[in-house]
Amino acid sequence: MENKNNLINEFKLKDKLTFLSKNININKWDLGATLGEDTSVQIDKGEPKQLKASQKSSITLRVWNKNNSVGITSTSDLSDPGLKKALDSALIASDYGNISESPEFSPASQSTLPDNIRPIKDSIGINKLVSKLIEAEKSLINSHKSIKSVPYNGFAESKFERLYINSEGASRYMKGTQASLYLFARAVEDGRKARSSGSIKIGYGADEIDIESCIKEASSKTLDHLNYKPIKTGRYLICFKPEAFLDLITSFSNIYNARSIIDGISLSTKESLGKYLATDILCVDDDGLHKSNYGASTFDGEGTPTQKIEIIKDGVLVNFIHSEATARKFGANPTGHAGIGAKVSVSPDWPVIYKSKDKKSQFPNLNYINSKETFILVESLNALHAGVKASQGSFSLPFDGWIVDNGIKTSIESATIAGDFIQVLKNIIQIEDKLHDTHQGVSPHIWIKELTVTGDK
Amino acid sequence: MRVCALSKTSIKQEFLRTHSIDDNFKKNLEYLLSYGVSAGADLVEIFIENIDNMGFLVEQDTVTSVTPSLGKGIGIRVFLGSRDGFVSTNDLSKSGLIFALDQALGMLGLQNFSNSTNSFDGLKKLKDYSSEKNSYMTKCPSIQESTNKVLKATNLLHKHGSHISVRRGSYSKTLQEVIVASSDGTYAKDLRLYQSIGLNVLALDREYRSSIGRRIGSAGKPSTLIDWNPEDTAIEITESAKKMLYAKYVNAGQMPAVLANKFGGVIFHEACGHLLETTQIERGTTPFNHELGKQIANEAVTAVDEGHTEGAFGSINIDDEGMETQRTVLIEKGILKRFLSDRAGELRTGHKRTGSGRRQSYAFAAASRMRNTYIEKGPYSPNNLIESIDRGIYCKSMGGGSVGATGQFNFSVEEGYLIRNGKLTDPVKGATLIGEAVDIMPRISMCANDLDLAAGFCGSVSGNINVTVGQPHIKVDSITVGGR
Repeated sequence: MENKNNLINEFKLKDKLTFLSKNININKWDLGATLGEDTSVQIDKGEPKQLKASQKSSITLRVWNKNNSVGITSTSDLSDPGLKKALDSALIASDYGNISESPEFSPASQSTLPDNIRPIKDSIGINKLVSKLIEAEKSLINSHKSIKSVPYNGFAESKFERLYINSEGASRYMKGTQASLYLFARAVEDGRKARSSGSIKIGYGADEIDIESCIKEASSKTLDHLNYKPIKTGRYLICFKPEAFLDLITSFSNIYNARSIIDGISLSTKESLGKYLATDILCVDDDGLHKSNYGASTFDGEGTPTQKIEIIKDGVLVNFIHSEATARKFGANPTGHAGIGAKVSVSPDWPVIYKSKDKKSQFPNLNYINSKETFILVESLNALHAGVKASQGSFSLPFDGWIVDNGIKTSIESATIAGDFIQVLKNIIQIEDKLHDTHQGVSPHIWIKELTVTGDK
Repeated sequence: MRVCALSKTSIKQEFLRTHSIDDNFKKNLEYLLSYGVSAGADLVEIFIENIDNMGFLVEQDTVTSVTPSLGKGIGIRVFLGSRDGFVSTNDLSKSGLIFALDQALGMLGLQNFSNSTNSFDGLKKLKDYSSEKNSYMTKCPSIQESTNKVLKATNLLHKHGSHISVRRGSYSKTLQEVIVASSDGTYAKDLRLYQSIGLNVLALDREYRSSIGRRIGSAGKPSTLIDWNPEDTAIEITESAKKMLYAKYVNAGQMPAVLANKFGGVIFHEACGHLLETTQIERGTTPFNHELGKQIANEAVTAVDEGHTEGAFGSINIDDEGMETQRTVLIEKGILKRFLSDRAGELRTGHKRTGSGRRQSYAFAAASRMRNTYIEKGPYSPNNLIESIDRGIYCKSMGGGSVGATGQFNFSVEEGYLIRNGKLTDPVKGATLIGEAVDIMPRISMCANDLDLAAGFCGSVSGNINVTVGQPHIKVDSITVGGR
């Protein structure tokens, strides 16, 4: 049945592909599609700077040839000639498919999807986005005399639809809406360097974004960096804020990614399951349907239902994340973390980090607000694409943060933090109780015994 | 309600059928442009893109993935004063394009009530930069030939390497057709061929690991893969991996550094180049805004951003706003000469356009971006630079880098060596170079005579684009090295 409000009609698309594929003797195929409409605005000193909207469609089509070798093609052209061209191209590509590791349909591609009722919010329209962002910029600049501008800002709303269908009858469809606001302020004081920080908020619709808290957070974070100084190079007690630790664990997610293990670029092996990877107070789940994941999808690129997977329990690696092909190779079940391709990628959804209920930390009194120790509080890690050597397990990253001495925070002018990720996991000495929902996962503050920090002093 | 259900899209006639750039196509473009102008827009720009890409991955001695992708779409940008609205769409039907144009006009408070063409003089004669490039695809090697060449390369990694546990080769070929039409009469077409070849290894021995990679990229050069000598690259990579496998982590601190040529140019790209884009002036995030004509770098430094360098990865004949590219001298003997500017940059900052309006695809509005950016060669030999340092670091191969909102840059060192008493000594790993352009540019005190270029990808406001970075060996008198 066609829903006039939807961007795509999966039934007609399926009929069309069935017809077109038969014409070129393809009996087995599947398809993943994403369609979306986005609107975003940026502001500069009270004036709209750039206003953007887009309507986009993208499909990835896979075909199996008579030798059961797989070929794919991606296209944004959903017209009849466009689909035919994509099918022809995928058929040519199938001649180069890797027969030794050919993907199949996921055995879970027709199983029941989880309940995941998320609100669909109406668009507020570009004019409201603009006026709300102008007000937000003004409020942020007025919040302190040192805040001179908000050079990075944006307010966006989108609606999206996702689809997976295959020639054996699987048919997955979902739609959603999402909105985001980011405000990054720039503060300058006489004779001092400019300092910058900000805040990001995400919701289902622009009307429900808490603009006030975004302004307050951006302001207080920026002002927190005004009093800065260089620090000495050395080894320091470290406390990672939730966003920073989530960045780190996501960068090294190859440790629990079955695809990376098969490809030989993981820090783990198949035999790592059941072994200690971290101190026994660390627990990590991957929970794509967590309430804080506003962009949650109920199925992955192969149609497998999204699910919560326990990754690390009391410091022990207990599960990998899988696609259909990696699961088959490991004698496991697909976990809902696959993309779609001739070689299927595997990636984490939504890391949730928390402290073990049964194990006790070495330093349970460490607390980022009250502790009297000298430590470095890492707010955010930068340039991950350049400073993370995922296959080597090492990182050396610039960061924003503070040196905290006897409860007094002083922003660090410029510094990098370096270490080995496995050592970081093994040197966790405290995981705080309070979990923070962020725009990239869930985590508490996490304390590491010691890491090298390079300062300018 | 938006109407774009697949069933409807598929039966719509394309209004702008790019396979026939004829009078009717031009007439339809003019219809859309005059529609926007008659609504009160100062300028309307239409960017049409067709993409045909083929990439593949070789792992060890097997082709594991061949990934063709096709795409087309249109970006419509409307200016009113210094403001602009931008809409992109895959829906090339007349109703889809009018819907998109109405959206862009609506963003600026404009509405179309008339189809009059009175305020628009029509498009000029098509400037066709693609006419001699139609043989690009037939001149490129076939998939079979291409996969064979890269399979040979990963096999050579096995032949020349030791402790190599992962060997990977990749190849990508993109043919991008662009058509730009604007209500100032601009009407231009180009065909761009980009190819890139990547080769990477992971070496592994007990707890020791090293990963080394090289990328070769070209624009407008169909013979790139055929001309490439995989043995040279394989030997270079495996030797580097061997040296770095047992390398110790570098000690952190301030020290002088010599940065090798080719991809060493990423320091200038990140540290300074981004700050010379007018988008940074618009944001108020460049320290160089009022420094034109002033000394911002050591007088040893002359830096250029070139729109068309024969075969180089960042080369374009026209930018994505239809303007012919040019050679832009950014810094001459340390003095700031010019910013890189696009149409919006000229409107908002007054800096004349330099043919630098670039975008990843039709889905992005163009912005001022670098193309082929390099520091000119100097009078010294690379050894002169190393011999001038008692204790420092030699950065033979760089990883990626970035620049933050306050101008702080950083980049990782993939392959580094300690300098002791003017000589290269132990290999070191884990180094990150950090600093700020205003501090570092005056400290580039020596440039060698071995300028060379390297291909890279740059991500910024208008998406990921192909660029070239380059330099000769250069000496930085003092820089912060992050390590252990």
